[in-house]
Amino acid sequence: MAKRVLVKGNEAICMGALAAGCKFYFGYPITPQNDIPEYMSAHMPEVGGTFIQAESEVASINMLLGAAATGARAMTSSSSPGISLKQEGISYLCGSEVPGVVVNMSRSGPGLGGIHPSQGDYFQSTRGGGHGDYRVLVLAPSTAQENYDLTMLAFDLADKYRNPVMILGDALIGNIKEPVELKPYRRKIKPKDWALTGAHRRPRRIVKSLFLADGELTDHNWRLYKKYQRMAKETRFENYRADDAKLVLVAFGSVGRILKTSVDMLREKGLAVGLLRPITVYPFPHQAVQEAAERTGHLMVVELNTGQMVEDVRLAVEGRAPVDFYGRPPGSIPTPNELAKEVAKVWRKRGLQ
Amino acid sequence: MSPQKKTTVKMKKVFDRPKSMTKKPYHYCPGCHHGVIHRMLAEQIDAYGLKGKTIGVASVGCSVLLYDYFDTDVVEAPHGRAPAVATGAKRAQPENFVFTYQGDGDLAAIGTAEIIHAANRGEKITVIFVNNAVFGMTGGQMAPTTLVGQVTTTSPQGRQVATAGPPIRVAEMLATLDGAAYVARVAVNNIKNYKVAEKALKRAIDFQLDGVGFAFVEFLSSCPTNWKMTPQEANARVANEMIAQFPLGVYKDILAAA
Repeated sequence: MAKRVLVKGNEAICMGALAAGCKFYFGYPITPQNDIPEYMSAHMPEVGGTFIQAESEVASINMLLGAAATGARAMTSSSSPGISLKQEGISYLCGSEVPGVVVNMSRSGPGLGGIHPSQGDYFQSTRGGGHGDYRVLVLAPSTAQENYDLTMLAFDLADKYRNPVMILGDALIGNIKEPVELKPYRRKIKPKDWALTGAHRRPRRIVKSLFLADGELTDHNWRLYKKYQRMAKETRFENYRADDAKLVLVAFGSVGRILKTSVDMLREKGLAVGLLRPITVYPFPHQAVQEAAERTGHLMVVELNTGQMVEDVRLAVEGRAPVDFYGRPPGSIPTPNELAKEVAKVWRKRGLQ
Repeated sequence: MSPQKKTTVKMKKVFDRPKSMTKKPYHYCPGCHHGVIHRMLAEQIDAYGLKGKTIGVASVGCSVLLYDYFDTDVVEAPHGRAPAVATGAKRAQPENFVFTYQGDGDLAAIGTAEIIHAANRGEKITVIFVNNAVFGMTGGQMAPTTLVGQVTTTSPQGRQVATAGPPIRVAEMLATLDGAAYVARVAVNNIKNYKVAEKALKRAIDFQLDGVGFAFVEFLSSCPTNWKMTPQEANARVANEMIAQFPLGVYKDILAAA
């Protein structure tokens, strides 16, 4: 059996990254993700890797661009305002098809906001976030174990699609301390036939996102689009007691985790509720959500914001079923009991039995 | 009439395209110094045998297209970020020669944080900074290095110190950083200056290859198109106005000082 350790969610991210062969970490301090640069500064040297505390979020994402352009596995992390600064670089990574892992242990906004858990960055994460027509694969863990597992997966997906992959957590996901099973990383990392290593005995290679010739950029954008379409097969979600549910809840990350307890509490009272928890929020599990809506006739979305993912749920349902929403702006973490009450309200409003 | 005698003259090739350059003709305007500086760098890449172990970092500006001319691996950086991109590339490929090639809009305006910190960390990279006192590619707007009184499309009355501040002297500024190993300012407006520039460039390459540290060469350049001058007039401005504002010389050489 793999070794089990008791660590914070942020540390589990680092352990997953190091297990997956990440040798380059570039970051900048911002709460609530400081455990990540701190852990990397201590442990990167042990594996012969590079840790740089950059002068800014902007510099750190561009250091990632430089290291990853040579084929190395590289990561950066930050929290909401810092992720906003990284968006320029993320757009360039997408445009020049350079893989990399970007962790957003998001905090609350807008502006300086606060350091409470929040899901206010859902739009920014799933809609590209920077300039241009692009997408980033977004994984939304809900436990420290998932932080570890999904970080390893993030590096594989980044390489597979030559695209940045984002891990979207929040203050709760990053700071909760719980057991993590350190499963060994066994996948073989393939050599990259596009990486910049010096044009020795081969034609030179160029990594760029500028396409000026007539039609070139059109073709490039269509090619990227097709790649984003192919990513649909990476869709992942958790089905928690949803198969026989009369009311299916949709929630991700920290709220998804809290709602599981709410579901158990309501089930004990005889309310047949279940949960669909998207693990990839881009690509979004449209099909699973659609099927749940068709089966039950209505859905309920819960988020730590005033309504972002609910738009994706409504897009998936395409008006075929009503979608109720309960949103909690940042400031406090809802308890399972509070959320159970909100779900029960919808249960009664919809006349469910 | 005697039949024409066949003679063969053995010609010696004295001038050729550097091997690390492609055959693509420059898109640069007549009289612009980018072409001269590109060639100087390519000749040195050849001379040091670095063609197969170079990673160039192109920046945003007229020279973004340098990958059209350099037959080496190249990565394109976002505006101002070339020193950060080069940091990542050099740390990942320490055996390779990594250079950035940046204009004054890129390096002295939007990229000031990146260049200062790359220099101060002592990144073992070679930075080619081309200062032509104007944003060239975007059509001749005022740059941090625009001369006092110089007319640009965003300083139509001439640069005013009261509102835009004086021109930034980047070489002098970077030389104050303990982390920087080699800092020089050169020009290529005449043969004499060209020869000095070539020496400085070699030294900046040596500093990287020998693992000494961060090396920076500022090239003063003309921009006849955006200066609205003939190439001759533009060269004269480099000689008379640019060098007066941006004195040539070696501002830091930690090996010479030792």
